[in-house]
Amino acid sequence: MRRPTFHPCGNFKERYEEELKVFSTDFGRLWSAVGVAILFAVVPFVSGPYTLYILNMVGIASIAAVGLNILIGFTGQISLGHGAFLGVGAYSAAILSTNLNMPCWISVPSAALITAIVGMIFGVPSVRLKGLYLTIATLAGQFIIEYLLVHWEGLTRGTMGITLPPASLLGIDVAGDRNFFFLIYVSLGLTVWTAVNLIRTKFGRAFIAIRDNDRAAEGMGIPVFRYKLLSFAVSSFYAGFAGGLWAYYMVSVTSEPFNLLLSVEYIAMVIIGGLGSIAGSIYGAVFITLLNEGLRLGTDLLMNMNLFPEVGLNIAPIRELVFGLAIILFVLFEPKGIAEVWRIIRSSFRLWPFSY
Amino acid sequence: MEFFLQLMVNGVCIGLIYGISAMGFVMIFKASSVINFAHGELLAAGAFFFFTLTAWGGLPVYAAFILTLAASFILGFIVERLFLRPLIGEPLIEVIMLTIGLSSMFKGMMLLLWGGNLYTFPDFLPESLSLRFGAITIPPVYTGALIIGAFFLALFGLFFKYSSQGIFMRSVADNQTAALSLGVHVKRVFALSWGIAALVAAISGIVLGIINGINVHELSSIGLKVFPVVILGGLDSITGAVIGGILIGLLETFTGGYLSTSLKDVIPFIVLVIVLLIKPYGLFGLVEIERV
Repeated sequence: MRRPTFHPCGNFKERYEEELKVFSTDFGRLWSAVGVAILFAVVPFVSGPYTLYILNMVGIASIAAVGLNILIGFTGQISLGHGAFLGVGAYSAAILSTNLNMPCWISVPSAALITAIVGMIFGVPSVRLKGLYLTIATLAGQFIIEYLLVHWEGLTRGTMGITLPPASLLGIDVAGDRNFFFLIYVSLGLTVWTAVNLIRTKFGRAFIAIRDNDRAAEGMGIPVFRYKLLSFAVSSFYAGFAGGLWAYYMVSVTSEPFNLLLSVEYIAMVIIGGLGSIAGSIYGAVFITLLNEGLRLGTDLLMNMNLFPEVGLNIAPIRELVFGLAIILFVLFEPKGIAEVWRIIRSSFRLWPFSY
Repeated sequence: MEFFLQLMVNGVCIGLIYGISAMGFVMIFKASSVINFAHGELLAAGAFFFFTLTAWGGLPVYAAFILTLAASFILGFIVERLFLRPLIGEPLIEVIMLTIGLSSMFKGMMLLLWGGNLYTFPDFLPESLSLRFGAITIPPVYTGALIIGAFFLALFGLFFKYSSQGIFMRSVADNQTAALSLGVHVKRVFALSWGIAALVAAISGIVLGIINGINVHELSSIGLKVFPVVILGGLDSITGAVIGGILIGLLETFTGGYLSTSLKDVIPFIVLVIVLLIKPYGLFGLVEIERV
C-alpha cells in the first residue's frame, strides 16, 4: 500500500496526471467520502421539513449553477437566459408527464435533452458574436422564451400553469421532502461527477482554451463554434434537469418564477461562488438560496414585530437591495468568489506558522 | 389611414424618447466600453427626483428640472467613482455583473423610498401645445417630448462638436491609448460620461413620466428596451441610437396597433436577435473586423 499523500507547501506538480487529479490528497478523498456519507445517512433523518425544503432548493439550484459555470466559468460565454432554460426544462417535464404520461425517470432526462436543444438554438448567435453582443442575444432569448411560455397556450396552458402527477421511481412514490431529498441529491452527485470529469477531458480543455483566447484556440485546431454549441448544450442540459426536478418538487409549474431575475440570480451564484470552479457553483447556490431565505425570514420577523409596518409591508425591495449589494461587494472585493476565500482560509491553516 | 398616421406619429414620438434614453447608454459604452444594465434605474431615479421636488416639495417646474439634472449628474459621477473605477481593466463579466447588481440595488432603494405605486406628475404643459393636422391630433405631452428631445439632441450635438470636454470624450471613445498619450484625463472623461449619461437618462425619465406616469417597475424595464435600440443603431453611434429608437418605437406601436398588444414588448427583442445574426454591429456601428 502506498503512503497517504499530504498537502505540499506549494505547487510541486511534475506530471500532467498530477494536474488532472480530482483530489490532490488522500485526506481530501477521505473527507469527501465522509461528507457524502453524512449527507445521505444522517442529514435527511435529523432535519425537519423546513430544513429539508431548503436543502432541496439548494440542491436544485446547485445543479443549474454547475451547468451555468460550465458555460460562463469554463467556456467564457456569458448567458443571461439561464432562468428561461430552467423554465423550458420545467415545462417540458410537465408537458411530457401530463400529455404523454411519461414516468419521472424518463421525463426529467428528456426534458433536459429538449432544453439542451433549445439552448443550442439560442447558442447559434455565438457563431458571429462574442462578449457583450452574445450577452445581449441571450438576454433577448430570455424574453422570447418567457413570452412563449406565457402565450403558447396550446402547449403551456398560458397563465394557468400545469399540475404534474406525483413522481414515482421504480414503483415507489417519491413524495414528501425526504424522498425528494434523495432524488435531488443523487442527481446532484451524478451531475457534479459528470461535470468534474468533463472538465478533465479533451472537451473541458477545449472549453478552457476557448475561454482563455478563442483566436489561439482556433489556431490550435479546436473547432470553436462546435465547442461553443456543445457548451451551450451541456449548460442547458443541466438547467433543464434542474427545471424538471423543480417541476416535480413544486408539483405545479407556472411561467412566473422563470424571469430575468432568476437568470440574474444564477449568474450571481456563479460569480459569488467562483468562476471556473465546480465546487464554487455549489457554494454560490448555497449562499444565494440562504440569502433569499434569510431575507424572507428577516422581513417576516420585521413585519411581526410591527416596528416598521410601512417597510415591512413590502419585502421585495429589501431583498433586491441586499441582493444587489451582495453582488457588488463580491465583484469589488473578491471577484474570484467564495471558492477563493475558502482556498485562502485552508492554505493559511496548512501553511501555519509560516504563511505569508 | 388615419389610424395608420396616428400610430406613426405616436411611434415616432415614443421612439424619439427611446432614442434619447439610449443616447446616455451609448455615451457610457463609447467612452468606457461599459454596458450599463442599470440605465433604467438611472432613468427612474431622475423621474422620481423630479416628482418629489414638484409634487411634494412644491417647487416650480423649471427649478425642479434644473435641480433634477444637477442631482442626476452628481449621481452618475458618484456611481462611476465608487463602483466602476475599481473595475477598469477587469474582465467583461465582472463589469456586467456589477451593473446588474447596481440595478438591483437602486431598484430596491427606490421601491423602499417611493413604493411600487403609479404616480402622475402635476399637469404643467399648456393645452396650446396640442397640435392638430386634419384628423390627427398630437397630445401636448408628445409635443413637449418632441421639443425637449430635439432641443437636447441639438445641445449634445453641439457639445460633442465644439466644447473641449466633448472633444476629449470623443477622443477617448475613438482611441483610448492615443487619447491618454495626448494628455486627456481618461478617468475624468469616464466620470463625465457617466454624469452626462445619468443626466440624459433623467431627462428621458421625466419625459416618459409625463406620458405614462411614473412607476419604478415600468421605468426600469425601459432600461432593457434600450438594448434593441442600441443594437439596431450600432452600439457606439449616437445618431444611430436616435434612429434606432425611432425604428423600434414605430415597430412597437404598429405591432401593438395591428397585431397584438402582448407581442408589443417582445417584438423589439426578436428584431434584436435577427439584427445580431445579420448585421451584428448595427446600422451605424463601427465594424470591428475580427474573424475566428
